[in-house]
Amino acid sequence: MTATELPPEKPTNHSDDSKVKVLPSVSVRFCGDSGDGMQLTGSHFTDEVALAGNDFATAPDFPAEIRAPRGTTFGVSGYQVQFSSSEIHTPGDLVNALVAMNPAGFKTNLEYVEPGGIVIVNEDEFTKSNLKKCGYEVGYNPLEDEVINSQYKICRVPMSRLTRESLVREDEDISVKDIDRCRNMFALGIISWLYSREIDSTIEKLQHYFGEVKKKPEIAALNERAIKAGYYFGETAEFFPSQYEVAPAKLKAGEYRRISGNEAIVLGLTTAATKVHKSLVYASYPITPASDVLHGLARLKQFGIRTFQAEDEIAAVMIAIGASFAGQIGVTGTSGPGLALKSEAIGLAVMMELPLIVLNIQRAGPATGMPTKTEQADLLQTMFGRPGECPVIVVAPSSPGNCFHMAIEAVRLSVRAMCPVILMSEGGLANAAEPWRIPDISKIPDIEVNHPVATDDDEEFLPYLRDEETGGRPWAIPGTPGLEHRVGGLEKQDGTGVVSYDHDNHALMTKYRAQKITKLQDVIPDQEVEGESDTLVLGWGGTRGSILTAVSLLKDRGIHVATAQLHYINPFPKNLGEVLKRYKKVIIPELNSGQLRMLLRSKFLVDAIGIQNLQGRAFFAEELATEIELAMKGGGE
Amino acid sequence: MTDVELPTYTAKDFASDQDVRWCPGCGDYAVLTAMKKMAANLGVKREDFVFVSGIGCAGRFPYYMDTYGAHTVHGRAPAFATGVKIANPELQIFLVSGDGDLLSIGGNHTMHALRRNIDINIILLNNRIYGLTKGQYSPTSEVGKVTKSTPFGSLDEPINPITLALASGGTFVARSLDVDVKGLTLIIDRGAKHKGVTFIEVYQDCNVFNHQTWFYATQKDSRAENTINLEHGKPLVFGEENDKGIRRNGDSVEIVTLGDEFTEADLLVHDETNLSQAFLLSQLYYPEFPEPIGVFYVDDSRPSYNDQLFEQVDSVVESNGEADLQKLVTGSNTWTVE
Repeated sequence: MTATELPPEKPTNHSDDSKVKVLPSVSVRFCGDSGDGMQLTGSHFTDEVALAGNDFATAPDFPAEIRAPRGTTFGVSGYQVQFSSSEIHTPGDLVNALVAMNPAGFKTNLEYVEPGGIVIVNEDEFTKSNLKKCGYEVGYNPLEDEVINSQYKICRVPMSRLTRESLVREDEDISVKDIDRCRNMFALGIISWLYSREIDSTIEKLQHYFGEVKKKPEIAALNERAIKAGYYFGETAEFFPSQYEVAPAKLKAGEYRRISGNEAIVLGLTTAATKVHKSLVYASYPITPASDVLHGLARLKQFGIRTFQAEDEIAAVMIAIGASFAGQIGVTGTSGPGLALKSEAIGLAVMMELPLIVLNIQRAGPATGMPTKTEQADLLQTMFGRPGECPVIVVAPSSPGNCFHMAIEAVRLSVRAMCPVILMSEGGLANAAEPWRIPDISKIPDIEVNHPVATDDDEEFLPYLRDEETGGRPWAIPGTPGLEHRVGGLEKQDGTGVVSYDHDNHALMTKYRAQKITKLQDVIPDQEVEGESDTLVLGWGGTRGSILTAVSLLKDRGIHVATAQLHYINPFPKNLGEVLKRYKKVIIPELNSGQLRMLLRSKFLVDAIGIQNLQGRAFFAEELATEIELAMKGGGE
Repeated sequence: MTDVELPTYTAKDFASDQDVRWCPGCGDYAVLTAMKKMAANLGVKREDFVFVSGIGCAGRFPYYMDTYGAHTVHGRAPAFATGVKIANPELQIFLVSGDGDLLSIGGNHTMHALRRNIDINIILLNNRIYGLTKGQYSPTSEVGKVTKSTPFGSLDEPINPITLALASGGTFVARSLDVDVKGLTLIIDRGAKHKGVTFIEVYQDCNVFNHQTWFYATQKDSRAENTINLEHGKPLVFGEENDKGIRRNGDSVEIVTLGDEFTEADLLVHDETNLSQAFLLSQLYYPEFPEPIGVFYVDDSRPSYNDQLFEQVDSVVESNGEADLQKLVTGSNTWTVE
């Protein structure tokens, strides 16, 4: 199909309703050059589906290169969103529609489109030189490839030309560059029409951003014209086989917002600081995909947040420990490579028995690896990657919204046990977004901390005297008269905290440091399981969305499995061993080569079956469902 | 710090109950004595002192002071101290560590603490050797140093702590001697009162692995000839008979003998506020020149990092108004599901 005529500017009335097909769920992927504004386009579209009441899940897919040479395959940036009339947990495996702003995007993203799916391309960009830039053979144009055309509905839209024609006004002096920048909004207009989503809210946001924030009302006007032109083009060009509609989802009643994992961590930490009535010192060294937490917190000084961009990863964690020593909430954030650098210092906090919150937003490794891709391969590093017997508390959120709750949990557990906690998020959660029912902050309980004060002058203060219930030591802070004491990395004598090289004492202290983490089992929830079956699919962290979707696919095929997602990894929930024993088969899908499985096998002697993905991406629900089915039939390993 | 009356302290009040485990004759003892004297008279409550250290012999320092203290990990004490200061700016923080800790493994953090002008007091105990690991050469050891790890002599040029501190943006940069407890106490006291980062290098003798390394500068019979006392506004005079001085000569300096040809009026006058002159003085080395002892440079005009941080917090609170957590969590883009 080719569109050559620009539709009339005035739209006709709403499309003939009989042509609107209702779908239960749709996924769309936008892709183009890094500079084409694809993240923004996807983000605006997500807002439109949110306002229409759909459940949704998004995932960005962007390169580590900031501005790779234009038109190259490694400079392609993508944004996928699935929206639905029922509850969903992933951005979808294969998409129903792809928008490709250039040949490089087309080339690298076509594999994500379902057979028969719609592929809308900016035909004007498929020039000889652009095709060559992304490695197509001379003389070949994939848009004319018969095989490709037989597999997909290729919709060739001359977006560059149409955008120019609809934006240029004789009486206005606007640069071609500014006009060309609006092509993404033209594309958004098309998709908005195709899926019957309102563009008014997007126009309002464009006006606010360009008009009020950036003080460029002329750019706001251009963008508005572009999105309208795209929308009317869809409506009047008779170009698409049908228009689609996805009914609102039946979500739990309440007020919602969109949230990404990193945003949720920012809000969770801020809430925790308020609930513990302390300032929060966040020291961090920029690293993908954790930097957005630093950016987010840096804006929140009025909430008692003090952010510090440190000179390196080690300084960042040491600043956080220093802040904890002085009585505030010390937090540092990083990704796997940074966690490795921080490991000695985390050991210091373990020895000093101070609260410390470490965020490990995992990425695909090792070394620099694939910074913008997701993986769960830091579990064993997080558990054990330190010198000596050096246990820390480990928690793992399972969805973007859940990051909020787990960040608060991290602070609560850390100050209770006087022990570092590592919160393990993932690139796949950090940047993904979903609808989030806004919590009532007043209903979140306070986090209790008691700093000791000197009572009796004659009584010697014992900085390592443990609380019987928690196993933690008193958090006496500088500035408190009479409690002057020294802490450090050297082994401490039980109670007095003076340096000790005594063998029995070392064994005892090693035991105490582990025990106080186990004691947290009393204050964390038992492991819950959903569904009845003799097979349990057990995940941890960000695989929850894929697992739930896969399990629901299996259900449609008449196969029933139980599922559980671990949020607490050290300590494990108290009932976990008993839960595992209830099932004939335990299947553990992970984005690593079987790290949780190794832990569970060694701790509970459970002969769990692993399902691994090592590609630096989330599981596709369909592939996971197939693998679970195979494992149930006795396959797997 | 308010007008609340302070307890009267003596140096003894700052001694912890721990046995001091440095080698007998170690220069660290003198620094400990000076520190306790200074602390007793500084006008700061005992509970508001925090001593921080890294690893090395000097790293044990906090254990011997009856104040709050933290013995951290190797090289990272400046970062820890920074965290303490931004968490509670009311605290008076001393960082005591060695040349290996602060200039080798922790060189990066030392540089950044200096450039940020965070209000902590860094005392560098420079003995030009790794003592606790039993005698390897350090980043301040002289070229050709023969140690266990360099049996044929070390090849690397030593780093000059004073030059480094000046280049990094230090706002109080000084040098003192372990043998001069009185002078050391005065300099630490002045440094403690400085608003901003304080950096004091102490020539300290390791009498086990690097004995006598500073003797040219510290001994009664050699000190006057080989060192020169820096006093603000005074000409640079030195020598057993106060008969020599430092005179500017083009881009550099030269030693002149006072007498018929030159008088004190011809000499360089020490100016603590003159950064380029401080650089020049930091580059005077024995045996060609006497090595300067005292305060090289002070800049009281630069606000400290911590002061600026809290000013920024205040101004954000003023412009953004009261923090409304529910509003923040709710955000500006919501929809309602019935």
